Amino acid sequence: MRRPDLTIATEDHNVPTQDLLAPIADPVSRKQVETLRKNCSDFGVRLHPMGDIEQGVVHVVGPQLGLTQPGMTIVCGDSHTSTHGAFGALAFGIGTSQVEHVLATQTLPMAPFKTMAVTVNGTLRPGVSAKDIILAVIAKIGTGGGQGYVIEYRGAAIESLSMEARMTVCNMSIEAGARAGMIAPDQTTFDYVRGRAHAPKDEDFDAAVEHWKSLRTDEGAVFDAEVVLDADELSPFVTWGTNPGQGVPLDASVPDPTSFEDPTARAAAEKALAYMDLAPGTPMRQVSVDTVFLGSCTNGRIEDLRTAAEIIRGRKVADGVRMLVVPGSMRVKEQANQEGLGRIFEEAGAEWREAGCSMCLGMNPDQLQPGERSASTSNRNFEGRQGRGGRTHLVSPQVAAATAVRGMLSSPADLVSL
Amino acid sequence: MEKIDVHTGRAVPLRASNVDTDQIIPAVYLKRVSRTGFEDGLFAGWRGSDPDFVLNRPEHSGASVLVAGPDFGTGSSREHAVWALRDYGFRAVLSSRFADIFRGNSLKGGLLTVLLPQEVVEKLWDMVEADPTTEVTVDLVNREVRAPGVQEAFELDDYTRWRLMEGLDDIALTLGHTEGIAGFEQARQRWLPVTQ
Ligand code: SF4
Repeated sequence: MRRPDLTIATEDHNVPTQDLLAPIADPVSRKQVETLRKNCSDFGVRLHPMGDIEQGVVHVVGPQLGLTQPGMTIVCGDSHTSTHGAFGALAFGIGTSQVEHVLATQTLPMAPFKTMAVTVNGTLRPGVSAKDIILAVIAKIGTGGGQGYVIEYRGAAIESLSMEARMTVCNMSIEAGARAGMIAPDQTTFDYVRGRAHAPKDEDFDAAVEHWKSLRTDEGAVFDAEVVLDADELSPFVTWGTNPGQGVPLDASVPDPTSFEDPTARAAAEKALAYMDLAPGTPMRQVSVDTVFLGSCTNGRIEDLRTAAEIIRGRKVADGVRMLVVPGSMRVKEQANQEGLGRIFEEAGAEWREAGCSMCLGMNPDQLQPGERSASTSNRNFEGRQGRGGRTHLVSPQVAAATAVRGMLSSPADLVSL
Repeated sequence: MEKIDVHTGRAVPLRASNVDTDQIIPAVYLKRVSRTGFEDGLFAGWRGSDPDFVLNRPEHSGASVLVAGPDFGTGSSREHAVWALRDYGFRAVLSSRFADIFRGNSLKGGLLTVLLPQEVVEKLWDMVEADPTTEVTVDLVNREVRAPGVQEAFELDDYTRWRLMEGLDDIALTLGHTEGIAGFEQARQRWLPVTQ
């Protein structure tokens, strides 16, 4: 291994999110975690194991520690590494052999990517979030639309987003088929990085900022592809199908497969609706759920928890609905507890868990049962992603919170009348 | 890595678009720490729930070429998707569009992914459905796919082709450039973070 000093490991995908002191029940998961621990100790790699205050989903942990900085190249054996692009870093997921290659050589042979500009003009309306931007982008360009590209998100609506929200956008670049997503570093970025454990200090910070300011795309640069969206036209978005491109505004209804001209899209829609057990024409707002999952590297950061807590405060999770709130990292959990958010969730009847990937994927004990339906702030609604036979609707934290209260897919505005 | 030059075998028609890697191999199989023996996980969801799924049909057993719909391999970057296909016995996957990461993984892992026009894919589907014993040849030497009545060239860069034909591993190739890497590392900005 060439550079243990440039490498970090955390336990996220298959760890349980409760009873951390008990041994991991699933023998295969336990073996995997034990193997990671042994390898990290043998090779001198820094590891944040379960129970550690810095443990959590890798894409939440890196930025939080200040390890993610503008201009860096960051890779990880996980496709949502694109999250770190929010800092103006080139960050992308790699496969296991590529991880081996990086560990052995600290390099990766690659062909250059194509460039795509996704410009989001205007201002987001209240109740509409970064998640809705990216779901709308994916619905517009399709799950293969970004293939071969690195996307730069730009425009007034992107510039006004917080770092957390920018991470949500870049996170799901992969769901549009793109390898990575980036946002030019600006004052918001510098302010977020400043003072973090691994951020440059004092004069180094000033020198770094000088350099970071130079990382913007040149005026008049030409991209290989361009997409433009208007934030004012966006509303809360929700998926109805089994890929993240199969989404509609929450105000709309389940589409009729016969309305798709492209035969492949039509067949995919038919198959998705059969799996999701949804009838064309059903208003999305009338779809009731069994489970609400708030968490993941898409929406498991402090700001996501704050937004959801705001909506759920003083209300109750609907009867028969299970809500899981899973902070992206133990630091996020600590901060949320300090702000009293954990209590708000618990008082509403939600489960307030320990950090991990949890129900984002069916690889740990938190899973949907066959036929169960969830509203989930995660990033993938593939068949069986949250557990065999589980049905997933991707939503923003706002929609997740409102849905938990009403028991049906809802936006915060729907709660006013309750 | 096993060398590939010209491969001939029977084909399986997978008439589905957007087959994501969660379908190719569900997440539960990723918890193993080995690198082989993933054939049982291949399309486990579909194989387990649908007796009519192509891979469950006896007439396609032993096939080694998968003819898939567009956007094959989307979703998670899990390389196990490649291993599962390879462990099951597939040497090549043909499609009109692959997800990038999956494609990269496959070409590194010795599974030949070949881009063909959708019409050719459809033609192969029809042909193989009509006669499951039809043999398809994937010829890396001449960069073409052949089947009765089909002769279609495909593109693959020279470097990847050479590597596949030689069965060469990337790490060994890169370690030949150690000096260049060391030079690059010397120029690293002092403020950039280290983890230790
Ligand atoms: S939270 Fe979900 S998407 Fe993110 S790293 Fe974990 S499993 Fe992957």
